[in-house]
Amino acid sequence: MNPVARARGWTRLLWRGLRQVSGDDAYERYLEHLRTAHPDRPPPSRREFYLDEQKRRWGGVNRCC
Amino acid sequence: MKKSLLGIALAIVGAFALGGIALHRDEPINALWLVVAGVCIWTLGYRFYAAWISATVLSADASRATAAERLNNGRDFVPTHRWIVFGHHFAAIAGPGPLVGPTLAAQFGYLPGTLWILVGSVLGGCVQDMVILFLSIRRNGRSLGQMARDELGPVGGLATLVGTLMIVIIIIAVMGLVVVNAMKHSPWATSTVFAIIPVAMLVGLYLRGIRPGRVLEGSLIGFSLLALAVAGGGWVDHSNVLRPYFDFDAPHLAGVLIGYGCIAAMLPVWLLLAPRDYMATFLKLGVVVALAVAVVVTHPTLRMPAFTRFMDGTGPIVSGKVFPFVFITIACGAVSGFHALVSSGTTPKLITNEADARLCGYGSMALESLVAIMAMIAATLLDPGVYFAINTGAGIVGAAPDVATATITAWGFPVTAEQMHLLAQRMGEHTLFARTGGAPSLAVGMASIFGSTFGSGLLAAWYHFALMFEAMFILTTIDAGTRVGRFIVQDFLGRAWAPLGRTSWYPSVVFASLLTVAAWGYFVYVGTIDPNGGINILWALFGISNQMLAAIALCVATGILVKMGRLRHAWVTAVPLAWLALVTTVAAWQKVASADPRLGFFAGANDLAARLAAGTLPPERVASASQLIFNQRLDGWLSVFFVILVWVVILDMLRVVVRHVRGLPVPASSEAAYERRLGGVVEGA
Repeated sequence: MNPVARARGWTRLLWRGLRQVSGDDAYERYLEHLRTAHPDRPPPSRREFYLDEQKRRWGGVNRCC
Repeated sequence: MKKSLLGIALAIVGAFALGGIALHRDEPINALWLVVAGVCIWTLGYRFYAAWISATVLSADASRATAAERLNNGRDFVPTHRWIVFGHHFAAIAGPGPLVGPTLAAQFGYLPGTLWILVGSVLGGCVQDMVILFLSIRRNGRSLGQMARDELGPVGGLATLVGTLMIVIIIIAVMGLVVVNAMKHSPWATSTVFAIIPVAMLVGLYLRGIRPGRVLEGSLIGFSLLALAVAGGGWVDHSNVLRPYFDFDAPHLAGVLIGYGCIAAMLPVWLLLAPRDYMATFLKLGVVVALAVAVVVTHPTLRMPAFTRFMDGTGPIVSGKVFPFVFITIACGAVSGFHALVSSGTTPKLITNEADARLCGYGSMALESLVAIMAMIAATLLDPGVYFAINTGAGIVGAAPDVATATITAWGFPVTAEQMHLLAQRMGEHTLFARTGGAPSLAVGMASIFGSTFGSGLLAAWYHFALMFEAMFILTTIDAGTRVGRFIVQDFLGRAWAPLGRTSWYPSVVFASLLTVAAWGYFVYVGTIDPNGGINILWALFGISNQMLAAIALCVATGILVKMGRLRHAWVTAVPLAWLALVTTVAAWQKVASADPRLGFFAGANDLAARLAAGTLPPERVASASQLIFNQRLDGWLSVFFVILVWVVILDMLRVVVRHVRGLPVPASSEAAYERRLGGVVEGA
């Protein structure tokens, strides 16, 4: 593999990791999950999903001191 | 073979680093030794001890389907790549705690705190986080409180819930006091911290209305606005018109903070809490990396001696001898009970392979300990005289600069009023005296590290950036903690009258939130009227309660290990448990029974009461005296209560252990049944 392609591969991996760890791609991943696991359910809109997610994430202990 | 060679190499380097620390005892040592020793020890602990625990004690089974796989719902249960979980978990556990504790413990010298951070994390904190995470993974992500109830019984379960509520209240109070002390009479810091709120709200609106869920974009916008807020604070500070609006004394700031807490508890999370947390997470990762780079680049020399004379218990910042109080002062960074709540919260629902508990639990905690070491470095690279001048309350050294510096110089840590004045000027402040709580001295340390790495022209901006950085976490701790407190209060209220337990019934939400805010608000307020700075009292209470929660978590872990048939290996959690039980009990005993008014809560209250009755108190202290007397007595009773709580859980655990060993019936294991992993592709891997 030439160095440019390798660098590009690493950058893409890093970018994907960053999106995933921050939750930037949570909606896309949820759609993917729905498509494979429950193709019959209508997907929520991006906003609905985001607001539900916030409510769920902050419904318990998820930050420390 | 390759791996064992690596292990040997690490052991040698680590031995040299520790040898370096040990042999340079009477001369200044370089901060790099601390970092190198730490990295070697954590790597060895991870490579050997954690691997052994995972394989032998826990028998982590890669073929066993985890809760994330079995219950995958695309939302909270999601099989996730282990490095992503590692990032999530680290972001969740690392808050302001590991920054403040080491700063305060630096009064004993750099060595006691550093050794406790290293040993405590490798043998205690990392193990606790990893084992609790593992046990929760096997129990479909159940919380610590649920596990205690299921595996030990109703007594252990109730004690855990009560303990959690108490610690949440104390944590919010102490963190609130830290941020108040950093902001008092500092228009720059105050306006910058205030600006965080509208910035977070703008980002919240952006993420809801304009570009829903585009977290990276929102964080980037917020981050730029925060940088502007730091600069804008400097501008406010120089404006004669705006200055007075941001110049508050500590009790007023406490009032502002309590008002903020009430309002924030009512706001929807998407508006303030969530967007600020996104920004804080990026800031946190960025600052940790930048600090590590800067320490390596500048490799500053530590000016604080290895041990100070305050080992004997006469210290101005933390009352009490090095044993047990260094182990109480540094909780987060060595062993933090609160982590057990996160390890049995969101993280276990994301893990794809049980064996990943080692990376996500043990590994994340090791990284948090590195943050604690950085904080220790930032505190100890300051001139010791400057460090003590910033961190000691006016009630101890005197309010006038000349008197304070003379007292501190007489302790053997030379400092002059001119030196402090010059430093304050360079940091863009009017005074740095008696800014107790650790945040300001850490900010001075961070500013000087960043200043000498990335340009020293901006020292004042770096200082206020560092303060803003700490305030971001603290505000998150306040909001998130108030919510957690509210859930627990609602749980208790619901037992008395069912409608109050409904988390969606607005009057109940408001009532429980106000109750929680009132509880922590009380402690913050009393801390601000205490001439000794308040932190002195409150941080000890925080340390005791956090170590109490760690002891409870380790009890649950030990009980389950024995029930799993691992009696022979239960020392893995029982040894740190025994140590924490000893430390919290001795510390609480001294806080309750000591006749020294600086150390004992009751002695302090009685001393103040006697001076009030005799009329020997200075007039400005008479007004607040009765509140302080009441508060010290309350703190004394709280310490008693914490110790009773720990021992109730320990005895409950021992009861279960003895019954199990004798073959008597014990609560059945709540472990989910074995299911084979489907294998194949892991989402996001």
